[in-house]
Amino acid sequence: MTREVVDKSKRQFLTTALTVVGAVGTGYLAVPFISQMQPSARAMAAGAPVEVDISRIEPGQLIRIAWRGKPVWVLSRTPEVLEILEKDTAKLADPNSKDSDQPDDTSNSYRSIRPEIFIAVGLCTHLGCSPTFRPEIAPNDLGDDWKGGFFCPCHGSGFDLAGRVFKSVPAPTNLVVPPYRYITDTQIIIGEEPKKEASA
Amino acid sequence: MKNKLNVSSDGLKNSMNVSTNWLLKRFPLSKMWNDHMAQYYAPKNFNFWYFFGSLALLVLVNQIITGILLTMNYKPDAKLAFDSVEYIMRDVDWGWLIRYMHSTGASAFFIVIYLHMFRGMIYGSYKKPRELVWIFGMLLFVCLMAEAFMGYLLPWGQMSYWGAQVIISLFSAIPVIGEDLSLWVRGDYVISDATLNRFFAFHVIAVPLALIILVFLHIIALHEVGSNNPDGIEIKESKDPWGHPVDGIPFHPYYTVKDLVGVGVFLFFFATIIFYMPEMGGYFLEHANFIPADPLKTPEHIAPLWYFTPFYAILRAIPDKFMGVIAMGGAIVVLFLLPWLDRCKVKSIRYRGGIFKKAFVLFIISFIVLGYLGTQPATPGYTMLARVFTAIYFGFFLLLPLYTPWEKTKPVPKSVTHEKTAMEDYSALVDTFDKMTVKQDPIKTSWGSTVTPVKPDAAGIKNVLIQLAKKLKESLD
Repeated sequence: MTREVVDKSKRQFLTTALTVVGAVGTGYLAVPFISQMQPSARAMAAGAPVEVDISRIEPGQLIRIAWRGKPVWVLSRTPEVLEILEKDTAKLADPNSKDSDQPDDTSNSYRSIRPEIFIAVGLCTHLGCSPTFRPEIAPNDLGDDWKGGFFCPCHGSGFDLAGRVFKSVPAPTNLVVPPYRYITDTQIIIGEEPKKEASA
Repeated sequence: MKNKLNVSSDGLKNSMNVSTNWLLKRFPLSKMWNDHMAQYYAPKNFNFWYFFGSLALLVLVNQIITGILLTMNYKPDAKLAFDSVEYIMRDVDWGWLIRYMHSTGASAFFIVIYLHMFRGMIYGSYKKPRELVWIFGMLLFVCLMAEAFMGYLLPWGQMSYWGAQVIISLFSAIPVIGEDLSLWVRGDYVISDATLNRFFAFHVIAVPLALIILVFLHIIALHEVGSNNPDGIEIKESKDPWGHPVDGIPFHPYYTVKDLVGVGVFLFFFATIIFYMPEMGGYFLEHANFIPADPLKTPEHIAPLWYFTPFYAILRAIPDKFMGVIAMGGAIVVLFLLPWLDRCKVKSIRYRGGIFKKAFVLFIISFIVLGYLGTQPATPGYTMLARVFTAIYFGFFLLLPLYTPWEKTKPVPKSVTHEKTAMEDYSALVDTFDKMTVKQDPIKTSWGSTVTPVKPDAAGIKNVLIQLAKKLKESLD
C-alpha cells in the first residue's frame, strides 16, 4: 500500500478557483441588493413635470409648489426689483452664475427666461434648508444693506431675488434653477427641458 | 412523613444534577461563567469611573426592550408616523412611559458612553495591549451615532425631517459620487416615505444587530487582555501562588455587587428625568419636533440633539462645504487613531507629565464649548470661537506624537495604590469645614440640648482656597 500524497498545487488551484467564483457570485448578488435602495419606479414617476398657471400671480408675489417633493418658488418680480438685480452685484459671489446650476436659457443676470418671472428650487445649496422669502428693503434684523432676497435661517446664507448667493456665506453656489419652459404665455411646465435643448 | 419528604427532596436534587450534567456535557456553561464572571480577575482599585461600562450595557438592554415595545404601535409611514407616536403617547396604556424611557435612554446612552470614553482616555485604557478594545469601542460609538440619527427621523416631526435633510446633504458634498450617494441613501429626491421606511429598517434591525455583535467583541477582547485600572499597571504581572493576580478580585461577586449600587444610583437619576423632565428643556426632545414634518418650510433654528453638537459645531466652523464634512469625519477618525498617536509608555494620567495633563484639560474644555456652540445659531462671533476650539480639538490629537515620547513621567507603582474610602472622604470634608469656620459659645436651645453655632472664618476660607489652588496646580504638573 502506498500512502496517498496530497497534491498541494491542485488543492491550491481549486481553493483559488472557488474563491474567485464565489467573489463573482457575491458581486452579482450585491447589484440587486444595492440597487433596491435606489429611487423606485414610483418615486421616479413622482418626479414628473408639473404645470403652473402664472396668470394670477400679482407682481411681487411668490408662490410655492412641490416638484419631486421639493419646494419650487415662482416669483413675479417688479421693474424696481429688476433694476436692483442689474446694478447691485458687488456683494455677490457668482453674479454671472458661472459656477451655478441652471439651464442654459436662464444663465443671464436675472436667471430666468422672462426677466419678471423667476423660478428656482427653494432649497439652500449649503445643506438643503428652505430659505425664507424676505422681499423687504433694509429690515431691522438683516441690516441696511439688504435689498430684498432669500435668507436661510439654518446657517445664515443669503441670496438676492435672482437666487444669487452673497459673498462669505456657507452656501457655495446660487440657488438651483430647474429646467422649465413656457407652454403658453401664462402656462409654465417645470421639470421639462426646453424644446430646442431636447432636439439639440 | 418526614422521611418521605427527605426522599422527595433528594430525588429533586438528583434529577437537577442529572439535567445539569446533561447540559454541561453539551454546552460550556460553567466554563463561560468562570471565564467571564467568577474567575475573571479584575483590578481591585476600580473607582467611580468604572461604573459606566456596565451602565452602558444596562441602557442598551433598556433601548432594546422599550424599542421592541414601541414598534408594536409605531407605523413607519410618512402619512402615519407622526400620529402613531402621538397615539402611543396618549392612547396606548403606559405608552408615554415606554416612549420616554426610549427617548431619555438615547440621551442617557451618550452620557454614559462619553463618560466611559473619558475614563479610557484618562487612564490610558486604549494603550497596548488594549488597542483592539478601543477600536471595537469606537466602532460601537459610530454605530450608536448612526442608530441615534436614524431613530430621530422616525417621529417625523419638523426637526426629524430637516435634521435628516441637513445630515444627508453632507454626503452630497463629496466630489463626483456625492449626489448619487445621497440619492441612494434617501431612495428619493428628497427625504420621503422611502427614507423613513429604510431608516426604520436600519434602526430596528441592522444597527442594533451590529451593536450587539460589537459589544460581544468588545468584551471578549477586553477579557483576553484584562481590565486596565486607575493606576494603569498590568495586574497580570504579579501573581500569587495560585496563579491569580495579587491585585485582582473575581468580577463576580465583587464587581457585580458593586455595579448594582451604580445601577441603583443611575436609575434614580434616569427615573427623575423620565418622570419630571423628559424633554430636558428641549435638549433631549426638541420643541420643533412636536410639529409634523413639512417639506416646504424649514424651522427657524436647526440644531441636532446635544450629543452631536460638538461635531456639528466643527462642521459649521469650516467655511468650505466639503472641507467641513472632512473635518467632522476627521474629528471621529482621530479618536480611532488615539492608541498610535499617544506614544507615552505610562498609561494613567496620575503618573503622566504636566504637558499631557494640561493638553487634556484643554481638549475636554474644547469638546464642551463646541458642544455648546453647536446648539446656538451660527453668528459670526460664535463661528470664530468654534474655529478656535476646533483647532484646539485637533491640536490635542495631532501634537500627541510630538511630545509624548519625551514626556517627563512620574514613577509608576508596582502594585495598585490605595483608593480613599467613603469614610476617609467624609472625615477630610469635616476637617475642611472646621478649618473654614470658627466655633461660637455653646447655646442651650429651648428644647434642652446644647448646640455649638459656627461662623464662617474669612482667613480660614482664604487658606483653604489657596491650598485648593495649590493642589490643582500640583495635580497638573
